[in-house]
Amino acid sequence: MANANTTSPIAEDDIPDEPIPAMQQLLDNPFLLLFIGIAMPTVLYIIWGVMEIVGIPIAK
Amino acid sequence: MAVNRMFRICPSTGLSYHEPAEKLIRWNAVAGVVSLLVGGILALLIILTRWQAVHLLPPDWFYLVLTVHGLDMLVFWIIFFEIAVLYFCASTLLRCRLAAPRWAWTAFVLMVAGALINNYSVFRGDSSVMFTSYAPMGAHPTFYLGLILFAVGALIGCFVFFGTLVLAKNEKTYRGSVPLVTFGAVTAAIIAVFTIASGAIILIPTFLWSVGLVDHIDSLMYRTVWWAFGHSAQQVNVAAHVSVWYAIAAIVFNAKPMSEKVSRTAFLLYILFLQLASAHHLLADPGLTSNWKIFNTSYAMYLAVLASMVHGLTVPGSIEVAQREKGFNNGLFEWLRRAPWGNPCFSALFISLIGFGFLGGISGVMMGTEQLNLIIHNTIYVPGHFHATVVIGTTLAFMGLTYFLIPTLFRRELMFPGLAKWQPYVFGLGMCGFSLFMMGAGTLGVPRRHWDMSFAGNPLGYEFPGMAYLMMALMAICGLAAIVGGAMYLLITVGSVFLGKKIETPGFAYVRAKDGVAPTTRPVEVAFETHGTNIGTAGFAAPGTFVLAMVFLVAFVLYYFVNWKYLSTVWPLS
Amino acid sequence: MSAIQSPANRVWWKQPLDRVEGSWIAIAFVWCLVMFFMMPYWHVYGKQNLSNEAYRTTPEMFSGKTQAMVDKYKVREETDLKIPVVHPPAGSDVYLIARLWQWWPMLELEEGKTYRLHLSSMDWLHGFSLQPENINIEVHPNYEHVVTLTPTRAGTYSIICNEYCGINHHTMASRLYVVKPK
Ligand code: HEM
Ligand SMILES: [Cu+2]
Ligand SMILES: [Cu+2]
Repeated sequence: MANANTTSPIAEDDIPDEPIPAMQQLLDNPFLLLFIGIAMPTVLYIIWGVMEIVGIPIAK
Repeated sequence: MAVNRMFRICPSTGLSYHEPAEKLIRWNAVAGVVSLLVGGILALLIILTRWQAVHLLPPDWFYLVLTVHGLDMLVFWIIFFEIAVLYFCASTLLRCRLAAPRWAWTAFVLMVAGALINNYSVFRGDSSVMFTSYAPMGAHPTFYLGLILFAVGALIGCFVFFGTLVLAKNEKTYRGSVPLVTFGAVTAAIIAVFTIASGAIILIPTFLWSVGLVDHIDSLMYRTVWWAFGHSAQQVNVAAHVSVWYAIAAIVFNAKPMSEKVSRTAFLLYILFLQLASAHHLLADPGLTSNWKIFNTSYAMYLAVLASMVHGLTVPGSIEVAQREKGFNNGLFEWLRRAPWGNPCFSALFISLIGFGFLGGISGVMMGTEQLNLIIHNTIYVPGHFHATVVIGTTLAFMGLTYFLIPTLFRRELMFPGLAKWQPYVFGLGMCGFSLFMMGAGTLGVPRRHWDMSFAGNPLGYEFPGMAYLMMALMAICGLAAIVGGAMYLLITVGSVFLGKKIETPGFAYVRAKDGVAPTTRPVEVAFETHGTNIGTAGFAAPGTFVLAMVFLVAFVLYYFVNWKYLSTVWPLS
Repeated sequence: MSAIQSPANRVWWKQPLDRVEGSWIAIAFVWCLVMFFMMPYWHVYGKQNLSNEAYRTTPEMFSGKTQAMVDKYKVREETDLKIPVVHPPAGSDVYLIARLWQWWPMLELEEGKTYRLHLSSMDWLHGFSLQPENINIEVHPNYEHVVTLTPTRAGTYSIICNEYCGINHHTMASRLYVVKPK
């Protein structure tokens, strides 16, 4: 691994960039992932589950 | 306050440690190991009680000790160590300074305080409610308070992790994408945030109820939301130990992921679906419909199981490829025979992988099936399953990682290297037997969390078959072996960290870095390496792993259908 | 680059799938689908499914209904605690109370007949665990779970509690009799 003293930012080389595919962009974005990782179980597990519990009929 | 930008580079691994991050990783790991020590001593008392021939503790102590064992092991040991892993994956692997070390210390202090307060409440004697603390059975308010403080601390730790990712990106300490192991840690941290949020939703009202400010906690609501916390916490462990597997494969073999795309997509499936499996715990409960149960318990069509099966292939697969490229290319299994079986990092990884897959994975999917759950719910099969996942899988993987961390992070030589060679085998194989016999006893109906399966003196007691007693005795004997393995680990780690020979390197220094610590090169378009042209057989780069995977699948299919067959013989229910 | 370093390729997403991985993903996915569809399949063709029928209730209401059944169908009492044994008619609604630390009353059912078993707790959570059949159901306070079940073999069965319910959890056990129809 490289030397710790050198800190100069590397000049952006200018190869024309191939665009990053959408899936790779998603996987490189931790905050988007954080959002969906919380939204999915909140909706599908907690909210759906709580709605079912609230909807249980009263015994006769 | 000035930002600390001091780093040191480990001469043998090339890893860069940020000074505050290094301290935090050490302290969190040490706090974890202390919890493991306490939990382990209690484990000994528990097995000596459940071994009916010994039956050591009286009931009040048994339930108290079981409560503390669950908390100290599952919550405190694992989460302290996971916070250490998160900091390592963000700061060390990205060569970036840790964001907000002060907050990270606050987190650590809160977690230590929370763990102590919570343990205090149980040792008081009035909070033996198990770590699940199902309302309306109530504990002392400090029980919930301790857990809440601990959770707040862990949440802060997760945000320090995310903050470090942002810093690393801004300061360009890495280019392109984060390493796969860090991505796995991102997965773990995401699941952890959901876990802790669910914990807050349920534990805060329960705390208020325990001090009299809320007058009713619904038992079904409690179980539903509590398990969004309790089970998701186990999924944090899965994501964390899978990352550790990849890390150990990289460290020991310099293994490259077979494909970044496949491994990362598998982690994405974890992020999306793993947490739904909290429904495993509610399959025998009234009021939640089969639609909800089937959808959630199957992680939406077993997509997270698919992800685990993928990791289970790609970790050994990447090792196989690395080994074959080194020249161990003969036959199906030369790569495995010639693996460093005496290196505890590797043997821990391998036993963790196989034990987690074959014992923990298969049993977990079986009992997480809506109908099959009926024949094992709350039997001792359940702890049998999760000792295979969380002990053989997570704990053993973490143990393997420690053997790597002691020289590089603590800069101490490993004490008792001869003992360390054997430790993963004693602990791992002991635990495999322990889990298997527990599952056997559970199949015979032996309940979990139960002081006396003989119902002594009870005119209505049930007489378990002799086989069940035999299983419990064998469980205890294997458990003793595992405890010996655990004690070996504690001896080696505690010994090395506090008394081990310091590793002195000439010219050792912390050096100041301005932005990143190292210039990073921009990843370029290189030709993808194609495996399988010069190694392996029939276009399969890792044929040995593929064969192992097929063996796994056959075991899985057989065991799964054997249980359906068994279910079909019990009383019809609808 | 190894797994602890950033990927060497800028666009790693385009790496073609390896044959080992591709085959395994396909096989594993098929197996996942099989496991998923087993559950709905068993709802249609299998005989052991946990009922979805549940109601919100109260301990008073539930013990009232149980008491009414006991008054009508009690056949004898057992043990020093004089726990009533009831023999309700085949096909009827039967009630079982879980409470600290007892199942009440004892049921006597007929082999091959179907009953609607109502389960509820008076206090904390309990675990209905029928042995040696090994059928296990969670019992909640304030919820009434109605399970339709058909005992298939005559004999004396045990109901133990397998949800931890406090210091005497391990003493909570009872019987269930299954007799040949007369
Ligand atoms: C040598 C090591 C260990 C032994 C011999 C052991 C033994 C046991 C036994 C006998 C039980 C009680 C089962 C019952 O009666 O219900 C138990 C429960 C449990 N163990 Fe362990 N254990 C060990 C390590 C661990 C570790 C490392 C973890 C977590 C990472 C762990 C987590 C748990 C949990 C969560 C419970 C459940 C407690 C409850 O039911 O509330 N154990 N263990
Ligand atoms: Cu009970
Ligand atoms: Cu109980």
